[in-house]
Amino acid sequence: MKNLVFVFIVCISLTACSGNKNKNEKSGSLRAEITAAGATFPQPFYNKVFNDYSTMTGNKLTYGGIGSGGGIRSLKDKVVDFGATDAFLTDEQAAELPAPVVHVPTCLGAVVIAFNLPGITELKMKNEVLASVFLGEIKKWNDPKILADNPGINLPGKDISVVYRSDGSGTTFIFSDYLSKISKSWADKVGTGKSLNWPVGMGAKGNPGVAGIIKQTEGTIGYIGSEYAFAQKIPCVLLQNQAGNFIAPSVESVSAAAQGDIPADTRVMVTNSADPDAYPISAFTWIILYKEQSYNGRKIDQARETVKFLQWLVGPDAQAIARKVDYAPLPEKAVQLANDILKSVTFEGEPLL
Amino acid sequence: MIRSREIFTSDKIAKVILKSASFLVLLLAAGIIFSLLKGSIPAFREFGIFRFIFSSEWNPTEGKEVYGAFPFIFGTVVTSLLALIICFPLSFATSLFISEYFKKTKIAGILSTLVDLLAGIPSIVYGLWGFYTLRPLIVDLGLSEQGYGIFTSSLILAIMIIPYATSLSNEIISMVPNELKEAGYSLGATRLEVIFNVILPVSRSGLVAGYILALGRALGETMAVTMLIGNANLIPKGIFSPGNTMASVIANQFGEADGLKLSALIAIGLLLFVVTAIVNAAGKWIVRRYA
Repeated sequence: MKNLVFVFIVCISLTACSGNKNKNEKSGSLRAEITAAGATFPQPFYNKVFNDYSTMTGNKLTYGGIGSGGGIRSLKDKVVDFGATDAFLTDEQAAELPAPVVHVPTCLGAVVIAFNLPGITELKMKNEVLASVFLGEIKKWNDPKILADNPGINLPGKDISVVYRSDGSGTTFIFSDYLSKISKSWADKVGTGKSLNWPVGMGAKGNPGVAGIIKQTEGTIGYIGSEYAFAQKIPCVLLQNQAGNFIAPSVESVSAAAQGDIPADTRVMVTNSADPDAYPISAFTWIILYKEQSYNGRKIDQARETVKFLQWLVGPDAQAIARKVDYAPLPEKAVQLANDILKSVTFEGEPLL
Repeated sequence: MIRSREIFTSDKIAKVILKSASFLVLLLAAGIIFSLLKGSIPAFREFGIFRFIFSSEWNPTEGKEVYGAFPFIFGTVVTSLLALIICFPLSFATSLFISEYFKKTKIAGILSTLVDLLAGIPSIVYGLWGFYTLRPLIVDLGLSEQGYGIFTSSLILAIMIIPYATSLSNEIISMVPNELKEAGYSLGATRLEVIFNVILPVSRSGLVAGYILALGRALGETMAVTMLIGNANLIPKGIFSPGNTMASVIANQFGEADGLKLSALIAIGLLLFVVTAIVNAAGKWIVRRYA
């Protein structure tokens, strides 16, 4: 696995080199080659900003969407400048790495609940109803528990078919983290993870697979990454948040989820946020890098350019791009924390920023 | 003298090339088996070979990890056998049409080309066709509420293996000696009687081998099945319920898998290898026994 990841990184760097060669030779302003790999969830955002920043500065930046697990392994093997992950490292995971790492949140995403009922575009669900549906306890669309929140909507007596991700996914992790927080029986019976032992329903591969089945099949309900659902304009369920409000997923309501108290190291799941305007199934996505950047014979320029790029990434320009590609930008407080974290990154003990 | 020496050396070179080529194939197969075995050791050690094969619990949740391959073995075998059963009347009738009733006519030629063409269609295209056309049809017929499951996958598999079964059957049926058939007719047999009393007994072993090869093909099919079977990691409750197959679970979960789960998936790969090997060996044995 270690070798595979390495070969992959080498490959993407090589492709990147051949692609940008002429441009950089002309401008002559090449300062650093920054390589990163990890989560697929923020990949459309990273691809865009990495590309923009490369053109802007003449640095060569490449990102490989090989999954969060791959991102952590690559950082561990020191074949990338930084990794990207949808789930923050637990203390045990962090201890397995050769040196201390810091987490930098880059944007927020959400998990939305999509459904297919002909003629119905708006549907509301309480927390416990959502959990019961995915546990298979509520079997029909016209169950009194669903009807109670949707007066005036003529729900059919069809069976509910649950659709979930058949592949391991950060989307599943965020969704199950939320369900475990709101439902004790979910936490006991199913739990939290990237792939689960689903009590009912059927699986499909990737966001497109789940969205495809839902679009094609009446009576289905499933969860999809917001970046995909927003881009495809898929109708979503309004969920009840902790404050009791029914909230539609949107860039604003997802950002609002991170307005509450965030620890200084930003390692927190912001699902089930207490903010009254927050969409409840929202989460950060992080970049992870070593706190001490002098390792493996890295040059100080390389380290400085890496940190500078990350500073730009959490800054207003890049965050505006995030919104354009359907991710929720970091709220002000999170940007402040991210900047503080970047300032704590050192090279031979000296801060880089 | 010189000429014969030249022939001798070229013969030697050919021998070396052939030997090394076949050795390379052998090495590849051995390498595959070795890495499958090595990768599956952690899963077998954790659960025991017997329990891994016959347990139907598949729980990837961290801390509660339990892996059993039975739902996938069951799904693979059931979909493939069902596909074979559905495929048999269709492909047998087609091959009788091509190589007996309308032998060497233009229409038989066109039909046989079309059947061969079916083999060239990528499996993702079959999958998409199944997803957008076949599945809604099954829902409209009222066979199942959502259309995903064992039956739909078997149907698409049957269509996919028809060309393999048909081409082989064509060859074998057309190899039945004319003298035998003529003898049947001269005794006053009807065409149908000749088919069931002459052609079938003579070509039986070849036909069986052909269908077993088609079965081997169905066992390993991935993409089209993944799109239609529902990918539920449990033993299907009925023929119209969602399930999963060995190839499909590997394709779905390999990407993000690590640790014990990765090992369990590799072990499923090994089991699939074994099942396919058994089926192919059975085919060869039948051919040798009855041919």
